[in-house]
Amino acid sequence: MVLVVLDHDGNKLRKGSLEALTRARALAEALGGRVAGVLLAEETAPVEEALAYVETLYTATLGPYTAEKWAAGVVAAAGEMGAQAVVAPSSRQSRTYLGRVAYALKAGLLEDTLESGVEGGAVVATRYAYLNRVTQKVRSALPVVLSVKPNTTPLAEPLAAPGAVKPLEVPPVPTVEVLERVQEEKKGVSLTEADIVVTGGRGMGSAEAFRLVEEMAALLGGAVGATRAVVDAGWRPYSEQVGQTGKTVQPSLYIALGVSGAVQHLAGMNKSKYIVAVNKDPEAPIFKHADYGIVGDVHQVVPALIEAVKKLKD
Amino acid sequence: MKFVAVIRQVPDGESKLKIQGNRVDLSGATLILDQMDEYAVEEALRLREKHGGEAIVVGFGPERTEEAIRTALAMGADRGIHVVYEGFADPVAVAEALAGVIREEAPTLVLTGGQQADWDSQALGAALAEALGVPVVSWTTALELEGETAKAKHDLDEGAEWVRVRLPAVFTTQQGLNEPRYPTLPGIMKAKKKEIKKVAFSGAPKVEILEESIQEKTRLQKVLDGKDPVAAAEELVRLLHEEAKVL
Repeated sequence: MVLVVLDHDGNKLRKGSLEALTRARALAEALGGRVAGVLLAEETAPVEEALAYVETLYTATLGPYTAEKWAAGVVAAAGEMGAQAVVAPSSRQSRTYLGRVAYALKAGLLEDTLESGVEGGAVVATRYAYLNRVTQKVRSALPVVLSVKPNTTPLAEPLAAPGAVKPLEVPPVPTVEVLERVQEEKKGVSLTEADIVVTGGRGMGSAEAFRLVEEMAALLGGAVGATRAVVDAGWRPYSEQVGQTGKTVQPSLYIALGVSGAVQHLAGMNKSKYIVAVNKDPEAPIFKHADYGIVGDVHQVVPALIEAVKKLKD
Repeated sequence: MKFVAVIRQVPDGESKLKIQGNRVDLSGATLILDQMDEYAVEEALRLREKHGGEAIVVGFGPERTEEAIRTALAMGADRGIHVVYEGFADPVAVAEALAGVIREEAPTLVLTGGQQADWDSQALGAALAEALGVPVVSWTTALELEGETAKAKHDLDEGAEWVRVRLPAVFTTQQGLNEPRYPTLPGIMKAKKKEIKKVAFSGAPKVEILEESIQEKTRLQKVLDGKDPVAAAEELVRLLHEEAKVL
């Protein structure tokens, strides 16, 4: 019995949910049992789409997201189906409520797993540790709560026959009262899913100079990233932050423009396939972690790079 | 009022890590108070300075963790509690062990780092909140007490939000919340005399580490001189297209 948490944006399942489904199906096959889904909504949820993937879909509308309510929803669904394993896509939100879920279910918690399987009745998985520098193989007895790192797993296919909805009773829990959401405008490719990420650091010099970063990212069909210093300076929104306190990315190509390469930043991108750096300081630590680099002024080099890429595309 | 900061000791991010018998060997690493937990200690101190009461630091880990607790005491925490355990315990098991100790203190609120620099786990604050039966505010960037409630700002996957929460509650901390102070020499001297209560770990870790390996990718480090930006840019794009084949 495996429960998969289907994350969505109100209209559509997130890609991570389809990765979590693939993992959940594999675990269910190895453990013996079926997969049910849980779809928790603030107001609206893609119920039809979710029904295409699971036989049973537990749903509840809970109002503004809080870790307490989401944990209670997942725990209620796990209880209804007698889940031995709960699988969810990794996100900042899931990483908070899954901590509560694991405690409530007296389960082992395997966060941000790269791969998972069953050995001798226990769940084994690999994950990164030590600021992304070490790969760990970990094991948990059942029950287990497992989150799936984005871009690690093939996407699940829909089932032949659509499933059935089961409304879920979620008991009220003490929680926070949401006073105000500071939403950010979303544009372009999602940072954690992008195959190319172009990140600007303090060396870009100003918020205005980020138009170069944006142009470069748009030209390559990639996403814009930012360092902590840039976000703290108010040049870019928090949702673009790459690093220990921001998002972790693992694209094929990571381009760091005016980024010095602090350990906390490296922790968010050091698994990228190729790393490119442009920085005027030849001693910047980023060059030790880069495959290709240019020592130079970003204000001269980046426009030249944009032209060179345009030329290549022609 | 009582403000509790939960801390751990971790290797410095710049430390060289090595593998011994399939496990990370920290014998050569510099061990520090987790930088994410420093924000928790600092916030507990600021709350005590503003509202009065006591700032208590609770540490989990092997004997050597006492050094990190002393650092927090040198920053200004009043006393420490050390839950001693030499092996690996997962954050959910740690939460269970710490909840008993913290419940006895009946704190106004509890703070801990948003992510652990050794296990890359974000679960401790949330699991601790579940164990205490209170709400959690993760990745806090602003925190104010308002009577029996607190108003806080925290980061979400996209954007941020302001919340109000009835106390006690658990807050996980990060850069931006405050600027942690350095221990002063008088602070270090005083810290030597401050009480650290030792408590044995009573828990049963569910998660076990089977194997660890370091796979730091060897980077090509082909660095071009950008004195002629156009030539350097063209050469870089050529390398990315022909050699790396990512463009």
